[in-house]
Amino acid sequence: MKRYFHHELEDLRKHLILMGERTIDSVRLSMQSLLADDVSMAGQVIALDDEIDRLEVLIDAECVRYITLRQPVAHDVRLMTVAMKTNHELERAGDEATSIAKRARRLAEFGKVDEFFNIPRMGDLALEQLRDAMDSFIAEDANKALLVPRRDKEVDDLNRDNYVKLTDKISGHPETSHANIELIFISKSLERIADHATNIAEEVVYLLKGEDVRHTQEVRRTAM
Amino acid sequence: MNSVITNQPFVMSDPAKPVTESVPVHPTAPAPSPSPAAATPVPQQEIAFDIQDLSIFYGSHQAVKNVTMHIPSGSVTSIIGPSGCGKSTALRALNRMHELTPGARHTGKILMKGQDLYGPGVDATVVRRRVGMVFQKSNPFPTLTIAENVLVGLRLNGVRDKTFLNKRLEESLRMAALWDEVKDHLNRPGTGLSGGQQQRLCIARALAVRPEILLMDEPCSALDPIATAKVEELIHALKSQYTVVIVTHNMQQAARVSEKTAFFYMGKLIEYGPTEQIFMNPKDPQTEAYVSGRFG
Repeated sequence: MKRYFHHELEDLRKHLILMGERTIDSVRLSMQSLLADDVSMAGQVIALDDEIDRLEVLIDAECVRYITLRQPVAHDVRLMTVAMKTNHELERAGDEATSIAKRARRLAEFGKVDEFFNIPRMGDLALEQLRDAMDSFIAEDANKALLVPRRDKEVDDLNRDNYVKLTDKISGHPETSHANIELIFISKSLERIADHATNIAEEVVYLLKGEDVRHTQEVRRTAM
Repeated sequence: MNSVITNQPFVMSDPAKPVTESVPVHPTAPAPSPSPAAATPVPQQEIAFDIQDLSIFYGSHQAVKNVTMHIPSGSVTSIIGPSGCGKSTALRALNRMHELTPGARHTGKILMKGQDLYGPGVDATVVRRRVGMVFQKSNPFPTLTIAENVLVGLRLNGVRDKTFLNKRLEESLRMAALWDEVKDHLNRPGTGLSGGQQQRLCIARALAVRPEILLMDEPCSALDPIATAKVEELIHALKSQYTVVIVTHNMQQAARVSEKTAFFYMGKLIEYGPTEQIFMNPKDPQTEAYVSGRFG
C-alpha cells in the first residue's frame, strides 16, 4: 500500500541522483579545465560546487524530516542513512573537483604543463568509479556496486607512482617545483574522488542487501 | 437539498423551524497575556476554532487549565499528551460533548469561525451537527444496516428524498474510502463489518450530515496497522475539505497525519506549533521529554 507520504522518498532519490550528476559534471569539467588548459571552465566548476552544497543541505534536511515524521524501518531507514552519508561523500568529491579547477587556474600561470604523468588516466578512472557508483544506486544493482571498491587499488597505485615521478622531477628540475607540486595535489584529489566513489558504492550495497561490506574481504581492492 | 443540515447557525429557537438570520458575533473577550504555547495570530477567516482561556471542570476537578490556541481551517491538528492530561476533554469541548458528563462546566470561550459555541441561545445539537465526532471505539448502531447507519443523521433531521439520500449515502461512503467494500451489501448490519470498516462507517456517518469540522478521539487505537493506515490515508484526503482535530496516544500517528500539534500535560497546553517543529526541535523541555519517550 503506497502511503501519501511515500512521494517524499521518491523526491529524496531524485535529489540524490541530481547531486551525483552535478558532482560527476564537476569532476569532468575540472579535468577538462586542467588538460585542455581552459581556465574559463573553473568558474563553471565553482558554480556547480555551490549547487552541490545546497543539495547536501537539502538532502540532510529531507532525511531528518522523514526519519522524524515517518518513522521508517527496513529499506526506508537504510535509505535515510545511506542518503545522508552519500551526500556527504558527493559533497567532498565536489570540493576535490573545485580544488582541481583552482589548481588548474594556478598552473596556467606557470605556462603549459609538459607532462601530466598518470593524471589523465586517474581522471578517467575516478569519473568511471563515480558514474558506476551512482549507476548502481539508480539501477539498484549491488553486483555493479561491489565492482567499484575492487577497482580502487589501480587509482591508489597510479597516485603513488605520480608521487614518485613528480618528486623525482622536482629534484632534477627545481624550477618546475611550483607546477609539479600542484600536480601532486591534483593527483591526491583524484585519488580522494575515487575513494569517495568507493564509499558510495559500499553504501549502495548496504542499502540493497542490508549488509555492511566496509573493510571486508568482499570489497578488498584488487588490481584489474 | 435540505438547508437544515448545512451551514446552520447555532441558535435554533424551534428545532423544526430553522432560523435564517445568523447569530450575531459576540465581541471577543480581551485576549489573555500571550503565553509561549499560544499560536501566532492568524487572520480570522483562516481560523476554525479560536479558544480563549478555556478551563473545564468536572465538579471540583479542573481537567483543562487556561488553554488559549487557534486551530486553523482546512488542516489536521493533533492533540497529544499522557493519559489524564485533558486532551479528550479539550476535544469534546469543541462540540460541547463534555456537557453530557454530569457536573461539567467551563470558563473561557470557544469561537468557531467567529461564533461563540457557548453563547446564549446556542443549540448544542446544532453545534454537534456542524462539528462531527468519531470516537475511539467504533459505535455503529447495532440494529441498523450499513446504509441506515450512514443516513441516520439525515433521517433524524427529516430528510426523506430517496434520490438525495442515496446520493449522499454513496458520497459519504466514498469519502470514507468504504464504498467499494460495502456497495454490494448495504443492507447488511453495520456491526457485521471488521473493526477498521466499522470505524470508517462511523466516519461516513459523521460526514453524511456534512459537518464543517471533524473531531476524532483516538480513532485508530482499536485498529490493526493496516486499518490504521487506511484511516490515516482517509484523514489525509479529508483535510482538503474539512478541518480535522485528532486526539491520539500514538505520537508517530500525530507526526504522520497533522500539520500542527498541541502537547497537553496535567490540563495545560505546554506547547503548540507546527508538527515538524514539535517533533524535530521542540521549544519546551517537557515536550522534548514526552515526544522522545523520556516521560515518567
